[in-house]
Formats: sequence, structure tokens, C-alpha cells
Amino acid sequence: MTTAHERVAREDLLTFVSACFASTGQREFYSDSRGQGVSIGFLHEYVLGNYRALYARVLACGINDYNQAEIIFRLLASGRLVAPEHRAEEGALLLRAIERLPPQRAMRLLERLAEARVNNRRTRAIVRRYLGEARERELWAVKYRRRFRVAAAHVHLPFDGELGSLFVAGWRERAYTTPLFESFRRAHFAEAAIYELPYSIAEGLARKHGVPREVFLRKIEPRMTNLERLRLQDSTREALGISLAFDPGRLSPTRLASYVLSLPRAEREARRRELTSALEASSARAVRRTNARFGRVACVLDRSWSASGSSEKRRRPLAVALATSCFVRAAAVESRGFWTYPTPDELLVEAVGQTDLVTPLLEAMAWRPDLVIIVSDGFDNDPPGTAGELLAIARAKGLCPFTLHVNPVFDDVSLGPKPLGAAVPTMGIRDAEDLPTAIAFGQFANGGATLAELTTALGARVAHFLGARQDAA
Amino acid sequence: MSRESFGDAVPTTLDLQGLRIASPQTMGAVRIVPLVRERFLAGAAPGAPGSPDAPRDLRIAMRDYGDSLAVVEVGGGTPGGLGLKYMSFVPHGFIVSYTTDGSPVAAQGASFGPTSETKPGRFVRLMHRMVKQEPGEGATSRFRMLPLHLAMEGLLALHFNGPDILWSEYSQQAIRRGLDPRTERTVRGTWLPGLEEALRTFEIVPAQVGVLLFIADALACAFVVPHPDDYRRLHGSLLDDFFGDLLRSYAILYPHTPPALAALDGAGVTTLDELAGRVERVRADWRAYTKLLATGLLDREVRVERVRAMGPFRLERFVPVFDRDVECHLGERIVRDDGTLEYLKTYRMSAAQVRRAYLLDQLAAAAWNMELAAETLHTTVTGLAQRLVAAGFGYLLKPAVLQTLPRTKRR
Repeated sequence: MTTAHERVAREDLLTFVSACFASTGQREFYSDSRGQGVSIGFLHEYVLGNYRALYARVLACGINDYNQAEIIFRLLASGRLVAPEHRAEEGALLLRAIERLPPQRAMRLLERLAEARVNNRRTRAIVRRYLGEARERELWAVKYRRRFRVAAAHVHLPFDGELGSLFVAGWRERAYTTPLFESFRRAHFAEAAIYELPYSIAEGLARKHGVPREVFLRKIEPRMTNLERLRLQDSTREALGISLAFDPGRLSPTRLASYVLSLPRAEREARRRELTSALEASSARAVRRTNARFGRVACVLDRSWSASGSSEKRRRPLAVALATSCFVRAAAVESRGFWTYPTPDELLVEAVGQTDLVTPLLEAMAWRPDLVIIVSDGFDNDPPGTAGELLAIARAKGLCPFTLHVNPVFDDVSLGPKPLGAAVPTMGIRDAEDLPTAIAFGQFANGGATLAELTTALGARVAHFLGARQDAA
Repeated sequence: MSRESFGDAVPTTLDLQGLRIASPQTMGAVRIVPLVRERFLAGAAPGAPGSPDAPRDLRIAMRDYGDSLAVVEVGGGTPGGLGLKYMSFVPHGFIVSYTTDGSPVAAQGASFGPTSETKPGRFVRLMHRMVKQEPGEGATSRFRMLPLHLAMEGLLALHFNGPDILWSEYSQQAIRRGLDPRTERTVRGTWLPGLEEALRTFEIVPAQVGVLLFIADALACAFVVPHPDDYRRLHGSLLDDFFGDLLRSYAILYPHTPPALAALDGAGVTTLDELAGRVERVRADWRAYTKLLATGLLDREVRVERVRAMGPFRLERFVPVFDRDVECHLGERIVRDDGTLEYLKTYRMSAAQVRRAYLLDQLAAAAWNMELAAETLHTTVTGLAQRLVAAGFGYLLKPAVLQTLPRTKRR
């Protein structure tokens, strides 16, 4: 017997998990960043206030980094309210989650904690452990030196070794024995030394020395990370005439899809073989990582104009659609993509036109798949709102197998990814690799599973999440 | 200075020949219905709208004048003397290029950049005529027009000459100068709350050449151009167009369009084909709904005046038969010989504007005889005079007549 309280809790939790996959607080096609921030902020406060234990466990679900950082911050800031029986698990989750965050995001989180003057015992312990045990501590101390210093000073972490003279005594005073610190010191006086530093630090010092852009880019090239090379494709082409080589195989399918979609049509055609094989390789690796296995899958993919995203998330929804198509193809025995406007060549896809989900849905159902995945922002307007009704009827009449709507866009008005009616579950998604997780949660939403089942599943994820840490340690 | 509009107009009705109504898109108070041109539909693949053999003998591009006032000379003056002029905010003009032999127009998409017209004036821009010939290339002829100004000037110049018989009620000014000066007030698109957002998030359909724009489900304007590429460029120009102030009130009072729903009926459906048939029915329902909302414009009797003949096309402006009880749209259009609508831009008049035009129409129909006009309006001469004053035409009447009017309360 499910009580109303349990039902509400289950729905709240699914809504929250779904939102945590999609929302990044950035501007979307239909809403601005302020609305996004207020809306997701409310969700966080609400779930934290009502279901604190579950709130912490959401960290283990593979939600996006933005929301992980939000959860960590809110949990640390309200440490007094944690129930004694949950304290140990919450602490372990927090530590594990902060270790998994990308360093730039973690550093921003630490700075935010200092700004908000969150300085309880647990926070100090976690931050000290994080900064103290960091493997690339010296690199971080240079690369994120302001945030590193603020965070370390905030939690009274002693600046041992040469950190002290770097942060406290002032780096001008002496020579360092740590090579990176010494390069950093020398780079303030000698142009040659800047090329021993990470790109983002060297960039500012190059400006100080007045190094021409093309000279700087050519010389710093070996120090650039893969993502920096990807980010600087256009500016290196402008400055050097050639864009830097990067390894597309190391990118996730969604990021690679974003890159492909950023290229002009002619270039995509010219580099078709290279791009296709890179997408395939990246998808295959993502499938291995996630252990995804599907049967006969139809993907209904939204390429309407709203998939072009916003100035902050350029073509993100379209990139997720393209990456999902590639991911499913790599994971499924048989798969087919049905775009809202038929595209002869997926690689050349562009965001254009109205959102007609009905026609591709009918085609997909006629193909008789055993799983239908819809990737759309949920604004179907041709005809308006009919896709939801169509799904309800088709599901009721048995014309349609299990269908999951994955939505890369957080809609601030409906406090979650905008659904396509009540007949099919809607889950937020950040990357195509999140698809197996989305399907797992979608089945909970669809089958009317109880809160207990959901909690058990969450528990398993927590065990896996924390277990992976012990293995790594 | 005689320049009246619609002197020899022909009555006709408006329709959307050659266009198809697509599914509406709603955002806040604004509902935008795309209009798709059928001849581009066959080969309409996204990214490359329009099949290569589709006629491209008429194209419209935009010329940006920036934010400035302009004085536009509409002519009608004696040679060497002062012509009639009007003053208005002119954000952009349209460059219409066409060929008379059906060949594609030349150099479309080239910049119609700086000319003597786009140079900023010291105080206001001076422009010569609303429709002005420009140098063409080869078989391509070209002219510049100020969108909606043709139609609006038509309204301003309606019965502009004033009384042609010297009835005793009219003032010296009315007899000497007619309705001059005549003003109307409109609202810029950017002032309509929600319109900018709605236009930004609107998803342009392949082969789309126009829109019907509704605010709180009241038809605000219809806008059609010849070619999908033209529409893509001109989509944003809707924000700089002018609208009746009634629509601004609507947009403020009803920030959300009343929900409309064409339900998909699944009763008795057993196969996917049947379901597809039901979806078609929903699409038809939406088309019917849009037509219903647009009845104020379509299938209404209008008076059409030809402005310019251009080979197989003709540029016309129209005013409706003014009726205070229904919505009234005036506008301008370019029609091909076979009746295909190539260009359309309309303006929804506010209630006060309709009232003014209606009064003028009745007066003119009665040859400006106030007694006759009062009779057709079921009122007295005093009543008619009061209505004229209320409509802002007090300056047409003699001070002696105005003084005899019963005092109205003034705040």
C-alpha cells in the first residue's frame, strides 16, 4: 500500500534527478539564465529541506557537474541538520563527489564555500583532505592559485613546502626548487619560461610580455590539453593558418557531436570519413564504459530550430540528439533514427524548422521497434501538443513499445525537462552516455515503482559510487 | 494639393491564394501562424528551400535606415511649389526587384547598401515618394517602398480634400486646406510586450514566406513576401513595424494567449494508419481555427487601389469597408496576374481610427452635407458635430458651430 506521502516523495525525487541531469543554470533557447538559476535553485532547496538523505544520494546518480557542485555546497552549508544515522554516508558521498569533480569546478566550489563563510568542522576536513591529497597539487597551486589560496586559507590548511612562499611570502623573493613554481617565477621576467607553464597561465603572461598571438600559440602548443586544443580550433586557424590537431577519440560522443555541428557544411562533407569514424569510435568507447545493450531501437530526434540552443549552449540539444543516435547505433542490435525533418545524411544535420514529432513517431512505430527513444526539448508545435496525445493513444492501444523521452533542456517554468504528456516518462539528459541511467530511471517513472524500490536502486548506485573509490584507493 | 486616396477604388475580397496555413506557434500573448507557399513546398528540403525551377522573378530585400524620423514627400504639389509631405518614423524600407519576363532577378542578396537615402540627415531624413524607382540591372527593375506607409497614407489621405460644397458649418481651414494636417498614432512592434521573445523563439518553417500574427488571439497583422529566403531576412523586421495601440493594450492585459486545443481523437483506432489519419484531422482543425481567427481580414470586402503596375505584378493598397463593430485591417499587397498573393502587409486599425474613417466615409457619401449624414447615422446635426469633435475633427467646423454644442464635462 503506497501512501500519498510515498507517492509524492517518489515523484519529487524523479523530478529532481531528471532536472539534475538537464539543468546547468545556463541560458536555454526558451528561457534566460536567471530563470534557470532560480528554478533549479528552488528544486535544490525543496529536496534538501524535505528529503535530505535522498538528496545526498542523488550525488551517486551520475548527474551533471553543475548540480553535483550545488548539492555539495548546500549539504556542507547545512551540516548541522544531518541526521546522525546518515552522517557517515553523507560524508563519504561528499568526499567522493568532490574528488570526481573536474578541478576547475571543484576550485570554484571551494571559493564559493569561503565566500559564503561555510566553515564547519566537516567542511574543513573535506577541503583539507581534498587539497592536501591532490595528486596534481603543484599544478593546481599555479593554475588556480587565487582560488587555491582562498580555499586553503579558509580552512587553515598549512602551506607546507614551497606553497608558503608562493602564496604568503610572495614569489618574487627567491628561487624555487619545485620546477613548475620556478618556471612560474621566471615567466614573470623571461618570455622563454612561459612555455613551460599550462596554457591558461601562460596566456596571461604572454600578454604581459607582448608576445604576438601566432608566436605564442605555436610555441605553447605542446603544453595544451586536448580540450584546450578543441576550444582553440578557430583562433589557431585564424592566427596560424592551421587549426591544432586534437585527439577526437578522447572526446565524449556529445562533445564530439558539438564539434562536428560547429563545422560548416562543406567542411563536414570534406572530412566525412574522418568525422564519421571518430563519432563511431567515441560512441563505441562510451558504450563499453556504460555497458549499454539494446535490442531494436528507434530514435525520434528533434532537429527543429529550438535545437540550436542558446548563446551559452550552442546547438547543445542538437548535439545530444546526434550523439544519442550514434550511441544507440553502437549499443543496439538494430537501430534507426527518425529526425523531425528527414535528413539524408546525419552528419550534415542542422537545426531548422518547426517541431513535428508526430510524423517521425508514426514512422518509428511502424518500424516495430522494442524501444523508442525521443530526444526533444518537449516543445512540439506541429500540431501543437499532439505528440503527447498520440503517445497516450498509441501506448493505450498497444501500438507502441516502451517509450522514453529524454530531454536535454531544463524548462524553468515546469520545474524540470518539459514532458510530452503523461503517457511517457521524461528524463533529463546531459550527455548521450547518460542514456542507460535515464532508461533505468524512466522505467521507475513508467512502471509506478514504489519509493522503497527507488530507494533500493539509489542505494545500489551509492554502493557502486563509493565502492569505486575504495577500489581506486 | 489635391491628393485623395481610394478615389476610384474597386471592391474585392482578400484571400491567400497560393499559400497554405501551417501549425501555429504560441509564446505568451503572441500566436504566430506560418504561411507556406505551395510552389516552394514540392522541393522544400530544409537548408535549401525552394526547388531550382521555382519562379524567382520577384524578390524583396530590406534597406535599413536606422532609428530616424523622416519627412516623406508624396507629391501632389504644383510644379516648383510645395508638395504634400508626411512625417513618420521610418526604420526600414523594402527594395522590390522584379523582372517582367519571368527570369530570376539579378544580384539578389547583394547589399543595397549606402545610398544618398541612407545618409543620416541633420535633423530628419528627407525622402522622395513612398514608392520610388531605383536603378535596376539588365532585365531587373527595382523600386524602393516604405512598408505599410502606402496603406497608412491611404488612410490619412482618405477624403483628404474635405468638403467640396461650401456648406455653412465648415470652417475656413476645412474649405481651404481640407483635412490637412491629419495625424494618426501607432505603436512600434518593440513596444508590444512579448513580441520580441515570440519572434526570437519562432521556428521558421522551410518554404515559409509569411505569417499571420495574433496578439491575444486578435489578428495583429499579416505579412507575406515572395520567397522563403526573403522571409528569413525580413522576419525580424516585424519588430520595427507599427501596430494599432489596441494591440498593445491586448498584449498587456492578456499576457497569455487563451489555450486552444485540437484534441487527437483515438476512439476506435486500431492501426497506425488510422492514427495518422486522425493526426491529419487535427492539422485540418488547426487550419480551420486559424481561418476562423483571421475572418476579420480574409473574406472581408475591401476597396483596392492600384499604386503601380509592374509587368505581371501589380502593387495595390486597400482599405476595408469601415465598420465599427468588426475588426478592420488596411494594407498593401503585390498580386501576380494569376491572382497569387506575392506580398502582403496589413495593419489592424484601432477602434478610434475606425471611428474616424467611418465618420469621414459617411460625410463624403453625403457630399459633406451634415444633415444628410446625420440622418444616415441616425443622429442630429448637433450629435454629428459632437462626434466629429470627439473624433478629433473639430477643426473642420466653424467656431460658431462649436460654441452651440452642449458643453461636455471636462476633467
